[in-house]
This record gives sequence, C-alpha cells and structure tokens, in this order.
Amino acid sequence: MLLIYLLVLAVFSTAVFVLARRAARRRATVVKAHSAAGYHGAWALIWAAVPALIILILASTFDARIERTVLIASAPEAVQALDAPRRAAFIEDARIVGAGGMPRQIWTGDLSTALQEEAARASRVDGALAWGGLIAAILAALIGAGLAWRQTRPEFRARNRVEAFVSVALFACSAVAILTTIGIVASLVFESLRFFQTVPITEFLFGTQWSPQIAIRADQVGSTGAFGAVPLFVGTFLIMVIAMLVAGPIGLFSAIYLAEYAGPKRRAVIKPVLEILAGVPTVVYGFFAALTVGPSFRAFFNWIGAQLVGGPLDGLGQHLLLVQNQMALVAGAVMGIMLIPFVSSLSDDIINAVPQSLRDGSYAMGATRSETIKRVVLPAALPGIAGAFLLAVSRAIGETMIVTMAAGLAARTTLNPLDTVTTVTVQIVTLLTGDQEFDSAKTLAAFGLGLTLFVVTLILNFAAQRIVQTYREQYD
Amino acid sequence: MTDATLTRAGASGRSTAQLRKSLKRRHARERRFKLYGVLAIAIAIGFLALLLGRIIEQGHTAFWTHTVQTEVYLDPARIDPAYPEGTNFDQLVAEQQLARLGVQDDEAMSASRDMRQLMSAGVAFEMQRLVRENPEVIGDRITVTLPIGADADLYYKGELDGEGEEQFRRLNDRQILWLDQMRDQGRIQGQFNTGLFTRSDSTQPELAGVLGAVVGSALMLLVTASLALPIGVGAAIYLEEFAPKGRITDIIEVNINNLAAVPSIVYGLLGLAVFINWMHLPRSSPLVGGLVLALMALPTVIIATRSALKAVPPSIREAALAMGASRTQAVFHHVLPLAMPGVMTGSIIAMAHALGETAPLLLIGMVSFVPGVPEAVTSPSSALPVLVFIWENASERAFHERTAAAIMVLLVFMIIMNAAAIYLRRRFERRW
Repeated sequence: MLLIYLLVLAVFSTAVFVLARRAARRRATVVKAHSAAGYHGAWALIWAAVPALIILILASTFDARIERTVLIASAPEAVQALDAPRRAAFIEDARIVGAGGMPRQIWTGDLSTALQEEAARASRVDGALAWGGLIAAILAALIGAGLAWRQTRPEFRARNRVEAFVSVALFACSAVAILTTIGIVASLVFESLRFFQTVPITEFLFGTQWSPQIAIRADQVGSTGAFGAVPLFVGTFLIMVIAMLVAGPIGLFSAIYLAEYAGPKRRAVIKPVLEILAGVPTVVYGFFAALTVGPSFRAFFNWIGAQLVGGPLDGLGQHLLLVQNQMALVAGAVMGIMLIPFVSSLSDDIINAVPQSLRDGSYAMGATRSETIKRVVLPAALPGIAGAFLLAVSRAIGETMIVTMAAGLAARTTLNPLDTVTTVTVQIVTLLTGDQEFDSAKTLAAFGLGLTLFVVTLILNFAAQRIVQTYREQYD
Repeated sequence: MTDATLTRAGASGRSTAQLRKSLKRRHARERRFKLYGVLAIAIAIGFLALLLGRIIEQGHTAFWTHTVQTEVYLDPARIDPAYPEGTNFDQLVAEQQLARLGVQDDEAMSASRDMRQLMSAGVAFEMQRLVRENPEVIGDRITVTLPIGADADLYYKGELDGEGEEQFRRLNDRQILWLDQMRDQGRIQGQFNTGLFTRSDSTQPELAGVLGAVVGSALMLLVTASLALPIGVGAAIYLEEFAPKGRITDIIEVNINNLAAVPSIVYGLLGLAVFINWMHLPRSSPLVGGLVLALMALPTVIIATRSALKAVPPSIREAALAMGASRTQAVFHHVLPLAMPGVMTGSIIAMAHALGETAPLLLIGMVSFVPGVPEAVTSPSSALPVLVFIWENASERAFHERTAAAIMVLLVFMIIMNAAAIYLRRRFERRW
C-alpha cells in the first residue's frame, strides 16, 4: 500500500516540478530571473514531496502503536482486568480478527464476545488512522506545492534556497551515523539497566555460574537461574588467544613478505587472494569448522589418545579419547584463519609507512634485508602493529558465527583448548533465538552481554586508533 | 650488533675465512627469514584452497538427483477424482513398486512402509497434480517418473552404504537390495537437481531448495541499498565537501570510525530493541533485516565514498568555482561524477559484505522456518546465509550436501558482485 502511495507521490511531485519550471520560464520573460528555471522546479518539488513523505513514513511507522494505545485505553472492563501480556495478546488478536484473520489464541466467555466487538473497533480505528494519514499526506503535498507555486517569481532566489535545503539534507545524512550510535547505546543501556534490577551487576560481572534457565514452575530444579558471566568471558578470551596465536604470526610474516620481499607482480597476485579469504562470509567459516576441522581434529586427538592409553600417560590418553567435535581449539583456529588477511593488510600498510631512509641507512651499514627488518623496520613499526593486533582482537571477540557453530554451549571456566567452551556472542544468540517473552530475565541478559561486548570492543578500537594515529603522525 | 662484529673483525684482523663463515651464517639466516614469509603466505592460500575445495567436494553432489521410472495403475476404486488429496498415493506407488520387484507385502505392511521411505515426500504432490490436471487417466496404467527420497539418493551417489549394523543404518538390507534391483532394471535416472533452485526450505531434504532464501536476500539487499547508498554518499559528501572543521564534524568522524568496528551482533541487538520491540515492525521480515544491514553498511559506504572524493584533484573544484559555479554545483556537477566509479566500487563491496552477514539476522527472528517465497518486504522470509546456518544444524545427512550447495550459491553471488566491483575499478579508474 505504502508503495502505491509513494509512486503516486513521485508522479505528483514530478508533475509539480515540470509545471513550476515552465511557470518560471514564462514569468521570467520581462525581467531576467535570478535562478535558472530548473531550480524553481526543484524548489516546488521539495515542497510537494518532502512534507508528505515525512507524514507518510511517520504514519506507517507509528499507526500500529497508536492503534494499540487507543484500543487498550478504551477496552471493556473484562479486558482491562487481564494482566499486561494477556491484554497485549488480546489486543493483537483483536487486530488480526479485525483485519480478517484467525485469532492466535482461544478466548472464552466474556472475552470471546468482547473479541468480536474489539475486532470491529480495531478495524474502524485502523481505517480511521489509515485514512487520516493519507488525507494529511495529500493535504501536505497540495499545500506545499501551492506555497512553492506562489513563490515562483523571477526575483525569487530559488537556487540559494535549494542549495540550502541540499546542505541540510546532507547534514541529516551524516547525523544518521550519530543517531545509530545513540540508538545502540540507548537500547543496550536501557535494557541492561532493567536486567541489572533483577540481577546485581557485581553478580553478573564476577559470578562464576552461568545457567540462564528460568523455570516455568517455582518448584523446578534450578528455578532461579544463574547469571554469572565469568565462564563466558574466559571462553571468549581463550578462543581469542588461540585465534591470535594463529593469525598473529601468519599474518605478520605474510605482511613482511608482501611489503619487503615480493615484487609488484607477486603482490598483484597475492593480495587479491588474501582479500578473498577476507571476503568469505563467516557462516561459511562456521560450516568449515563444524564439518571439516572439528571432526578431523577430534579424530586426530582420539587417535593420539588411543596410542597413549595403557602407557605411562594413561590419564592424558583417557582425556584425549573424550575430545568432542566442538572445542575451543577448532573455533579459535578457524577464527585465526579468518583474521589472517585482516592482520596482514593492516600490518602491510604500517610497514609500508616506515620511511625508506631508515632502511637505506641500515643497508648502507652492511646489514642484510632480514637484519634490517628485524632491527630497524619492525621496531619502528611496532606501535602500529600493536594497534593492528588490537583491532584483530576486537574482531575476534565480536565474531559470532564461527563460535556459534563450532565452540559449543557448555559454560565452563577452563583454559583447556580441547574443552567445549562458550562465548559472549554465542550466548547472546542462544538467549535470543528461542521462543520467549521479550521481557524475561533471559532476553534482558543478552542485552547485558551485548553492552559488555560493545564497551570492550569500543575501548579496544579506540586504543588501537589512537596508537595507529600517533604512529602515523610520527613519520608524516 | 652486526656492525659491531664487522668492525671488530676488521680491527683484530680476523681471517677472511672467519668472515666468510659469519657471512654464510648471516645469509642462511636471511634465507630462513624469507622462507618464513613464503610459508606464511603458502599456509594462508593453502587454507583458502582447502576451504573452497572442501565445500565443492561436499556440495557438488547436491546439484544432481535421481528419479525412478515406474508404472502406476491408477485404481479408480481408490482415487476420488473430485478429491485427489484424499488418496494415499505414497502407498499406491509403493505397492506397485513392490509388485514390480516381486515382493509380497506382509500383514503389517512393513514392506510397503520400507518402500515408502525410499520415495520422496514429493511423490504424493506430483501424483495429485497429475490426477487433478488429467482426471481421465484414472483407471489407466501409466508410466511416471517420480523423485526418490534423500536416503536412496545418497545411496546412489555412493554416500550411504550397507556397512555397519543394520539397526543403526539409515537403510536396511532389504531396502538396499531393492535399490540395487531397481537400478539393475534400468529405471533409475540421474538428472540435474532443478528443485534446488525452484523450491524453498522444507523439512524434507529432497524437497528443500534455496529459492525462498535467494528472494529474501535479494529483497533485503534492495532495502539495504536503497537506504545505505543515498544516506552514505550524502554523509560522505557533507563531511568531505561542506562540513566546517569543528567539534561536531570531529565527533561525527570519530563516530563513523567506531561504528565501522562495532561487532555485527550488536547491530542485531539494536534491530531487535528498536525496530521490532519499539517500532513493532514485522519480525523476520526483509524490511527489518535490510534496515539493520543498512546501518551496518553505512560506515563502509561513507569511508569508501570519502576516499573516492578525496582522490578527485582540487583543481577540478577550483576550475568549476572560477567559472562561477556555486559550491553545490561544483560538487554535484563536477566532483561527484568523477568520483562515481570509486563510490560504486566501495558500495558494491559493502553490499557483498551485507549479503554474507548472518549474526544480526539471527537476532531479528530470521532463524524461523519459512517454507515459502516471501511476497513483500514485510512478510516473513529467510536469507541465504541464515539458510546455511539452519541447514548446517539439521541432523539429516542429506542436508549436509545441500548446505555446501547453498554456500556455493552464496559464494557465486558474492563473486559476481566482487567481479563487478573489480571491473568497475579497472574500467573507470583514473589516475590524476
């Protein structure tokens, strides 16, 4: 429906543009116009389209909310007596029935008669809102076009007005970036505060027990649920360390080779290939980890375990025999592969930024290439490389799909890379992909975890950017 | 240290032999160091080859499927022409198959049950369609080509076999014997699996396809592109060409750099809290997915556009201004058209990235099972990367090859987009 309105609006405002342009030309025959006719047309188009567009978008975004509020405010007493979630479900069903659908729940007694009445009312309210929005939009378009039409005079400074509008619109575009940040911070903080009302923040940050099950009945085992996130932090840290152990050396040595040894031809081949590695979606890495790396690592460790059982290292052998497909090592190793291009391209840039004069000085003293790299280039590039590594760490912490598919769900505090561990991101996904009420402690816990993740990655990025920036300035 | 050794050697008059030896050692160290670099790159490329190789190895079989040709007697006593849905076609077909193999069904009908398991769940639909379209065939003996089940398909592809204990196998000895007999009768045909591209998600692996997810992803990218590109380009133009240097501009810049590094899952939380719970937009719809991906792609588009604008030499701007153009005219008539190839390249790469993004979509409800093709941006839908995730989780063996095939489809789309970006860069790139 909205699409049709938008099309009609587009046709209307194009017509206004053409008419206003023609009018501007006609009226400018005696006096020379200040602005070209096209700018008069554009000014009219802005007035015809923009207010109506804003009204249409606001109406389609908020009419469901308004309708709900109206219906709840004037609902019959039987409905008012319901508790909040049931009432919301009732209103939702009333809207569905009003739109000609089937109710999702069964309502008995008073409620079933009330449902029919409410449904009729819902469709009335819905119609009124839809018509109201539409009429307001039409009025706005007509009034806007009329106003602009009256301004179409030769002395009117249409170009300046249009350009002022354009620069405001451009500023609004860049304000979206700020709005996004505000949105992220507000939604995370708001929901987290509600979570910390039920679970104290100290228990969340320092508790060592994570079992976010909320029982349906009060007498069930583990009915309280525990929200100590330390096992998740440890799991995230462990996987991050493994990933950096893989990505750090391989990425750094690739960067050194690319920057110092490879000629332009080799670079032209190797760089795009590494970029492919960076372009592969993470879910593909997850699939690779779960179905290729996991089973082969497990087979390998089980085989070693089978060799050791009965020997002097019997205990270790028994342990290795129990290794599962899902373990920290698999997720970490595959994540490391994913991070190689990230580390190498950042380090490559930084090594390239080291001034050639430093290298030349070292060569002049008779040092070999590798000696120059180890004693001159790397020490000079060290802060920048540290920044690159910090950015990679922040990537590793925030990565979701690989760990969701390959690390497992068991929240345990261990540093053994062969155990299944769980991470912050995995838990966010698990907590939010089940079927549950939005306001339960379980879903709010996900926002608490999200806030922690956001703050940690923000600090890492900020530090990394600062380091890289000061480093750049040093050699500029 | 090296220099020190050399000086001392010269001063103390160390023999040339000693010097040669130390030089040899240093050159060996040099070669080793270079070798590490080569090794590192070889490892990275090796991993890439392994990754792609494994996916092709696991997925190529999914593009192939088998059908069985069989004769069916459409018994008028069992088919009501007015209501073909009421007929148990699975059973009907299975009985005729058994008769063809010369097997007597027992009292408990265990043989026909085993035979039914070998056939696809799509058999009933196909027979219903046939009878509905040509009701006059009822009572005839007709030859039809029917799809076989996922396990039988895997057996013909050589991925399931008769090893291991019978009770733990997907196929029992009797079923394997029948499958072999049917093949020996020449009734089994291999063909290209068009269903993979014309069907949507299903609980039955042999009926599952990627169409719904492809359409969902396309709708989502449409929303993302129509929001992220204009807003991103506009923001970049403002920051690069119009913004007064000051506090607000600095804050916006720092902001954008930080947004580019926020983990994608946090955008999913934002989408859940704002778009679904606050604005009540429909869950698991391409609209919400596209909005979230647009916010994610925005910093990338802005950064790419800014560097493209920066690459246009100031002389162009100055020439336009000198000819009496206004600032806005100089930017929109001269600078932006010259920066367009760079903008397009960056945008396409950002869109390719958005296409492969999975984590935020999980949080806005896209993991739910959606069997159809989405009709609008507000209807429930799946997306290609999410489909990969869902299928990977499915326990049925036959889903594994389909997961790899879905990944291949996803990668093909990404390769096309990246190739387009590279082509644009090569074709229109201008060095000043």
